[in-house]
Amino acid sequence: MSDSDLLELTRGVAGAARPGEEVEAYALRTRETDIEIFGGEVESLTTAGIEGIGIRVIVDHCQGYASAGSLDPGVVEETLQEARDNAAFGAPDEWYGLATPNDVDGAIPAPLDLWRDDVVVTPADEKVRLALDVERATKARDTRVRGVEAAGYGDAASETALANSHGVESCNRRTTCSLYSVALADDGTGTQTGYGLSAGRAIADLNQDEVVGDAVDRACRLLGATPISGRRIAVVLDPLVTRSVLGVLSSAFNGESVLKGRSLFAGREGEKVAAPVVDIVDDPTDARAFGAARYDSEGIPTRRNPLIVDGVLHGFLHNVYTGRRAGVRTTGSAVRGGYGSAPGVGVRALVLRPGDRAPETVLASVPEAFYVQSVSGLHSGTNPISGDFSIGAEGLMVRTGVFAEPVREVTIASTLQRMLLDIAEVASDLTYLPGAATGATVLISEMTLSGA
Amino acid sequence: MLELDLLGSTLEHALRNGGDLAEVFVEDRRSSSARFDDGRVEELVSGRERGAGIRVVRGDTTGFAHTADLSVGGLQDAAHAAAAAARGGGGGTRVAALKSQPVPRPHEISVAPETVEKRRKVELLARADDAARAEGAAITSVTAGYADAHRRIQVANSDGLLAEDDQVRTRFSVQCVATGDTGMQTGYEAPGRSIGFELFDEVDPAEVARAAARRALTLLDAIPAPSGRLPVVLRRGAGGVLFHEACGHGLEADHILKDASVFTGQVGEQVAAPLVTLVDDGTYAREWGTLAIDDEGRPAQRNVLIQDGVLTDYMWDLLRARKEGRSSTANGRRQTYRHLPMVRMTNTFLLKGESDPDDIIRSVERGIYCVQLGGGQVNPATGDFVFGVTEAYMIEGGEITSPIRAAQLIGNGPDVLRMVDIVGNDFETWTGMCGKNGQSVPVSSGQPTLLVREMTVGGTAA
Repeated sequence: MSDSDLLELTRGVAGAARPGEEVEAYALRTRETDIEIFGGEVESLTTAGIEGIGIRVIVDHCQGYASAGSLDPGVVEETLQEARDNAAFGAPDEWYGLATPNDVDGAIPAPLDLWRDDVVVTPADEKVRLALDVERATKARDTRVRGVEAAGYGDAASETALANSHGVESCNRRTTCSLYSVALADDGTGTQTGYGLSAGRAIADLNQDEVVGDAVDRACRLLGATPISGRRIAVVLDPLVTRSVLGVLSSAFNGESVLKGRSLFAGREGEKVAAPVVDIVDDPTDARAFGAARYDSEGIPTRRNPLIVDGVLHGFLHNVYTGRRAGVRTTGSAVRGGYGSAPGVGVRALVLRPGDRAPETVLASVPEAFYVQSVSGLHSGTNPISGDFSIGAEGLMVRTGVFAEPVREVTIASTLQRMLLDIAEVASDLTYLPGAATGATVLISEMTLSGA
Repeated sequence: MLELDLLGSTLEHALRNGGDLAEVFVEDRRSSSARFDDGRVEELVSGRERGAGIRVVRGDTTGFAHTADLSVGGLQDAAHAAAAAARGGGGGTRVAALKSQPVPRPHEISVAPETVEKRRKVELLARADDAARAEGAAITSVTAGYADAHRRIQVANSDGLLAEDDQVRTRFSVQCVATGDTGMQTGYEAPGRSIGFELFDEVDPAEVARAAARRALTLLDAIPAPSGRLPVVLRRGAGGVLFHEACGHGLEADHILKDASVFTGQVGEQVAAPLVTLVDDGTYAREWGTLAIDDEGRPAQRNVLIQDGVLTDYMWDLLRARKEGRSSTANGRRQTYRHLPMVRMTNTFLLKGESDPDDIIRSVERGIYCVQLGGGQVNPATGDFVFGVTEAYMIEGGEITSPIRAAQLIGNGPDVLRMVDIVGNDFETWTGMCGKNGQSVPVSSGQPTLLVREMTVGGTAA
């Protein structure tokens, strides 16, 4: 089945809408390769094709949804019937409705080309070689590397199509691939681990040296790490950590959270919610972002949405439903977690505007700071509704810009509200990473560190 | 599920390039869920996933492919793809005659979810909303969720194994937001069991909702959590996840064989306080992580991991066990047919001791009392782990005093195991989802009320 066949299939489903019924079909096809290496051997090689369909039916202002992991015509027909049946059990909501040409409003999708054939046509043997090489190079890089916990290569080529009974249609397709390694280092003081990742749209984008360098350096520089005593301290977040923290914050920009009283930003538009250096945009039209997409999950062209401008809360993200209910237009921010659920609202490419100075300069701007290399318990210790924020951290002390003793088994705590106001500087090292947010080195003037 | 002939011929195709073992895993999963938010049922969602995963093992290499097409041709293509990934000779393995083994069922399912009218599932949700809002005007948002899944699996391998299981799970969840002068706070409660709609004979949606609402309301008065090292009392059921993280993951044989666990090479050694006996029990009736067979066809069993503080065994799946020339402990699990199995926990319990829970609290001069945890994470190679507390109180002078705001606790597995000073004579379990290498599976954990001498509490107060 080719791309246009996927669209053809969703059109067929949408065309089966009965009078008074709105029907939307979303179809997905993904081809994936996953290679795991251990001990110089291929531990596993997975080649897979995934197909699925999700169908939404709205009738008399009630919504039902059904999905299936197959595009077989018989299964698709059953899924449509199931979605219809489910609609009878939802409660009516006057704002329910699918995207119409009026919601699209003549918007033209960004001219994004997110597909690289090499991910699809490169033979598995060559991908295996890349994965074997990264493991071997990780081991060889430093005598303190005693093993490689995991190393591998993964890719995905996905195509989606959407059509609804109002004639709104869209197709997205993209490729991604990544190479990673986790080094185990030990110099007699105990084991430390370090993670290295390189990701891109094409295999040619992958940088083995970067993966190996990060994995080994990150593990080795933590050797001998110990907990330190509790204190209030300036904290520097590594780009990978910044990405994760932005991910936690993202639901506060969600129009649905705002309408339902679950956003710490609700009712604060136009207010100062962050330090003046903070500028946050969700921009899925930027091809460099891994979350880039031409259309959102309801068939609306995506757009650049400013969220915080110079520290002031600018606005929220909406899909068709939340936009109508809030009395504004959709911002093209419908997202789905696969074909198994109806579209919600979410970010795709959250970016913190980078500053002018290199990370080294930012580090040197405070006499003492804790550099956070990696965090744990991000979901168990943070709450985007209350803003409570407390996570496990490991990293290094920094004195006058120089990395000093390594630190592990400590927590850093604050609230999301406080942290935004305490952002002293964003470095210039904007880092595009897989996921819905982009990283950069960030200096936070004060957090509470708990430790020994 | 597939016919014997088709399973046999698929295994033959999988071994056409050689290999030591081939396996076909067939899954047919139906699920339904409904969400209540903002005072009404948002929608009912149904899902259907059906397919097969085929793996071929040759030496240390596994080739894996999966397909949603269960026709002769679809299975053959997947078998060839898996065979290609593990090619390179080593042939001669014959598919042994498939022989079905009767498997004891951990418990019976009385009301399969697909036999229950949708209207009845939806009605439960409104009761939760009413009950939560009745707890106080400060409850400003209530989200309730109903979810069930009926998963039929079939496993056949070239050693002649043939086994089937019929797994049903039902869960009910409520999240409340309370709004006060200090901002918003949340409360969450989500009981689940591996049974059908009879869950609601013992779980009252209104009671679940009241518990979530009270938690959110309590937190409105919470003081910032302390920062620093303090004694920690874990209420029964609240702290099983601590042991899941502190040592459970580190006792999974895949980490052990990669020399990426702090517990490598420690069988027979005292790794915990003598009061600690830890089991992983996939047979515990009706529990969230309970199975008749694991996803490699092995009948579930109760495995003692730590006995009176001494490490007795790790948890094993088929591949890791074959490599060591021993048998699996039935801990080979996979999220779906699209995933490779790996070593996973089921229901991980710290067994009860002899102390009175009230005495445990009274023994603490200044510390914290954890009533609900929100999950955690561990690095098995270093043993460092965290878990978040979502409901906790200060203990001052042996008495429970102020509620404290959510915070993370951090510790090192081997250190914390040695600091289990008192173990209570009560017991409760907790329902959760465990993530590992991108796969999520249902697990439970459980423990009596107990005292950990000291852990680092990651709050913001001095």
